[in-house]
Amino acid sequence: MRRRTTSRTSRHTTRPSSHHRHRPPQEGQLLLRDVTVSYNRVPAVHHVSFHLDPMSCAGLIGPNGAGKTTLLKAVGGLLSLETGEIFFGGSSLKMGTSAGMRETIAYVPQRESVDWDFPITVRGLVEMGRYPALGAFGKFSEHDEEIVQESLSLVDLEEYAERQIKQLSGGQQQRAFLARAWAQQSQIYLLDEPFTGLDTNAKTALRTIMEKLRLSGKILICSHHDTSEVPALFSHVLFLNGELIASGPTSSVFTEENLEAAYSTPVFSGKH
Amino acid sequence: MDFFLEPFDYEFMRRALLACLLVGFVNGYLGTFVILRRLSLIADALSHSLLPGMALATILFGLTPGGLFFGGILAAALVAIGGTLISRSSRIKDETAIAALFILSFATGIILIKFSTVRISLDHFLFGNILGVTNSDLWISFAVTAVVLLTLVALERPLILTLFEPNVAKTLGIRVGLLQIVLVGLVVLAMLSSLQAVGVLLSLGLLILPAATMYLLTDRIGVMAWGGAILGTVCAAAGLLLSFYSEIPSGPLIVLLLGFIFLAVYLFSPTYGIVVLAFHKRHLHEESLDRWHSSSQKHQHKKTTPTHPSDPSLPNT
Repeated sequence: MRRRTTSRTSRHTTRPSSHHRHRPPQEGQLLLRDVTVSYNRVPAVHHVSFHLDPMSCAGLIGPNGAGKTTLLKAVGGLLSLETGEIFFGGSSLKMGTSAGMRETIAYVPQRESVDWDFPITVRGLVEMGRYPALGAFGKFSEHDEEIVQESLSLVDLEEYAERQIKQLSGGQQQRAFLARAWAQQSQIYLLDEPFTGLDTNAKTALRTIMEKLRLSGKILICSHHDTSEVPALFSHVLFLNGELIASGPTSSVFTEENLEAAYSTPVFSGKH
Repeated sequence: MDFFLEPFDYEFMRRALLACLLVGFVNGYLGTFVILRRLSLIADALSHSLLPGMALATILFGLTPGGLFFGGILAAALVAIGGTLISRSSRIKDETAIAALFILSFATGIILIKFSTVRISLDHFLFGNILGVTNSDLWISFAVTAVVLLTLVALERPLILTLFEPNVAKTLGIRVGLLQIVLVGLVVLAMLSSLQAVGVLLSLGLLILPAATMYLLTDRIGVMAWGGAILGTVCAAAGLLLSFYSEIPSGPLIVLLLGFIFLAVYLFSPTYGIVVLAFHKRHLHEESLDRWHSSSQKHQHKKTTPTHPSDPSLPNT
């Protein structure tokens, strides 16, 4: 798979952030520095800094209202940042950045927010992943066809390709979206509660595919609320509760102490 | 053959046919995007809001197609922009704001009509008069059809991305809000060009019914749009012919025809008709039962055969 190489050097300078280290952004790395996102001046997540290297699948863990969806949307460029910056591979991701940069991020919404009655087949959904690269008039070539086919087989949905998307099970629907993201040749996958409402088999299947993506060098961030499954599902953990409690590899960060901290501290909602 | 050809010996019928074809096609095509963006009721509201602009244009410039056209655009724009302003600056949601403004606009229009020296009837506005189509009306229809189709074809991919999931489209840098405005603008254009032929109420029928019918038949958005266009065109022409022989007004007849087809498809569509669904309701349920059976069988086999299926959630084939 194409790895987006960004030759731009890190020309930015470190924004003064009182309590976070100044890391230079690195190749292929997702870096959040001092990110605050507010709704009407009330911060939903504040001063979040972390980095994820390629080949990480991070669980974004925290109680309801911790700002999980907000953070995902901020990384996806759906919300503007109050403070801080987000970098991928050394270049800043800002709202309205050029289309070429935007494709590197694939946002997979919660299942409830999708209109599953939309007149589209699984193949059509995956073909949408090629639209950004093709632009308005680019011809859908054999090459694109191959990518679509490859994406479908990656998520084991080849035999369902001609089905309307509602005729898939919940797990298959998630996988169809992952196939679309793969066809888009994204590097960063943002998944909002992908495991919610799936039975054990479907979870295993989805997990298998996410592991494939991870091993091919992608970065995945999944919001998730069931803490009991974390070690089985994610290589990295981000504990969020308004602010970032802890982040890092699951083995070292997924501790009683951090869990306690993420779930017991009251959510920050006061004046900034 | 004479049945089809004879009416078109008359020039007014030839003009009427051309108008029907254009109006049926452009509305039928646009309808898909309106339905999938759930703009049907907004379109209805905007259609009514055209009236004061057109009444004012008649008062100022007399009954000229160009004046009516731009007067209508102005009124619709005022209602749409005003609605957005109200919904952004207060707790009132946008559909309420637009509803409030369109009824205000409509009432203003009815009062303005009284002051017009040229008599324009409300009937004409609501139901059109296809036999009175002039050359200027036709030119406006041509231009609008071209603009709407070209715009939709050029914006097809970003539009589809937006209609399906606006948030995902936004992450790709697509300007979702702008596309919505463009879409509403196209609806107003198409409506104005249909006005002379079928009137605002019936142009709404041409906009919604063919696309809704196709929605019950296909799972492909391209088929839905082009199919809607063809259905709209054919029904408009057929309605015109029937009205020639039956002497029932063509506008309502066209919509009645589309309505019957819509109801028939709602009942008997091979994919989404309720009759078919009533018989096949258990389809998905059976599938999940199969899956459950097959996975419980696998569980029993597990002890003897250690091979793990690559994807246990898939049903047995």
